[in-house]
Amino acid sequence: MSQGHHHHDEDREHGAGLSPIAIRVRALESLLVEKGYVDPAALDRLIETYEHKVGPRNGAKVVAKAWSDPVYRDWLMRDATAAIHALGYVGRQGEHMVAVENTDTVHNLVVCTLCSCYPWPVLGLPPVWYKSPPYRARAVIDPRGVLAEFGVSLPETVAITVWDSTAEIRYLVIPQRPAGTDGWDEDRLARLVTRDSMIGTGLALSPEEAARRGILS
Amino acid sequence: MNGVHDLGGFQNFGPVQPEPDEPVFHADWERRAFALTLAMATPGGWNIDMSRHARESLPPAQYLSSSYYEIWLAGMERLMMARGLVTREEIETGRALVPPVAIPQVLTADMVETVLARGGPADRAPAGPARFAPGDAVRARNLHPAGHTRLPRYARGRTGTVARVQGCHVFPDSNAHGRGEAPQWLYSVRFAARELWGEAAAAGDSVHIDLWESYLEPA
Repeated sequence: MSQGHHHHDEDREHGAGLSPIAIRVRALESLLVEKGYVDPAALDRLIETYEHKVGPRNGAKVVAKAWSDPVYRDWLMRDATAAIHALGYVGRQGEHMVAVENTDTVHNLVVCTLCSCYPWPVLGLPPVWYKSPPYRARAVIDPRGVLAEFGVSLPETVAITVWDSTAEIRYLVIPQRPAGTDGWDEDRLARLVTRDSMIGTGLALSPEEAARRGILS
Repeated sequence: MNGVHDLGGFQNFGPVQPEPDEPVFHADWERRAFALTLAMATPGGWNIDMSRHARESLPPAQYLSSSYYEIWLAGMERLMMARGLVTREEIETGRALVPPVAIPQVLTADMVETVLARGGPADRAPAGPARFAPGDAVRARNLHPAGHTRLPRYARGRTGTVARVQGCHVFPDSNAHGRGEAPQWLYSVRFAARELWGEAAAAGDSVHIDLWESYLEPA
């Protein structure tokens, strides 16, 4: 389903009325409003926040700052909670943060095998694949196979460290800074940082790849 | 609880399917289900561990055949019914049939920003020193509690090394059942991939798992 449709159309089955689940949720909302438990305006505010205000560009700014500023990078690695909160990325599902850094010999990958723990304030809400059984099941037992499905192939000399986020600690992967970016400012660097690179299922974009995608223009 | 949610190590779910340009929500009902779940925690008064347990203790067939927000919805319905906020008949009909119960507070629109920013920090003052330090060899105990736990099955009985002391945190196994926060020290424990999965795993690979102190014993 595309994002462009009027939002109610997304709930309609082909040639029919609302889908059963859409009807069920609407009925539940009206019930909870009728009983005085829910303020519909609060629901709108919650949706607006996570659909339009909080997303992976926050995390990209953290990464770009870490790439650019050695003092900030050291703070981030020592106390990611404080360093990330200092940039204003605070709150629910980001109360306790740990940053893990990719190097020439270590690649980090984040998963939550028990549910879908994810650092909302820096990455927004998780994509469907992150919450799905295939990823949750296989990221820990077959990380190289999972990475291959994302088009990431790492040499055997790179050890993969998987972080299973079972508690309230949320992990942010700091991808390696791409070559050919010397002297770039933080705004330009942040454009190379993808959501997947901060989960560990991707790498930061090279300047050439970013140009090809029209990201730098 | 050895629930179907404990997915680490399963092999037969097929490939991961990334979706290019994925929208935050795929349907309006997902938006509303997401927001209802967040909003109802205020009048409902449940904590994150109770929410997780309500989802994870769904019947296995229902859990695996539901989309993510369907699981959230089913978990919320369970929590609401358990507290008498709504009846099953009300959920099925969408009509209020019994008077509302007294609730501490409704989440209003002007509270949303503050409540989200505050979040729910899980760190607590420790009652005593941490039992383990970075570098210590530990074994995940072979525990199979009937109630909530955050000790994944694939780690049980396996030996690892304490990598980080993560502070003293609310203990989910207690908090999920309303038996208090009972905070414990939390550790990131590094397990060699070969210790977990055998010789087929790459020699240098590892899995770090956040584990509470009572899940661990000296190795």
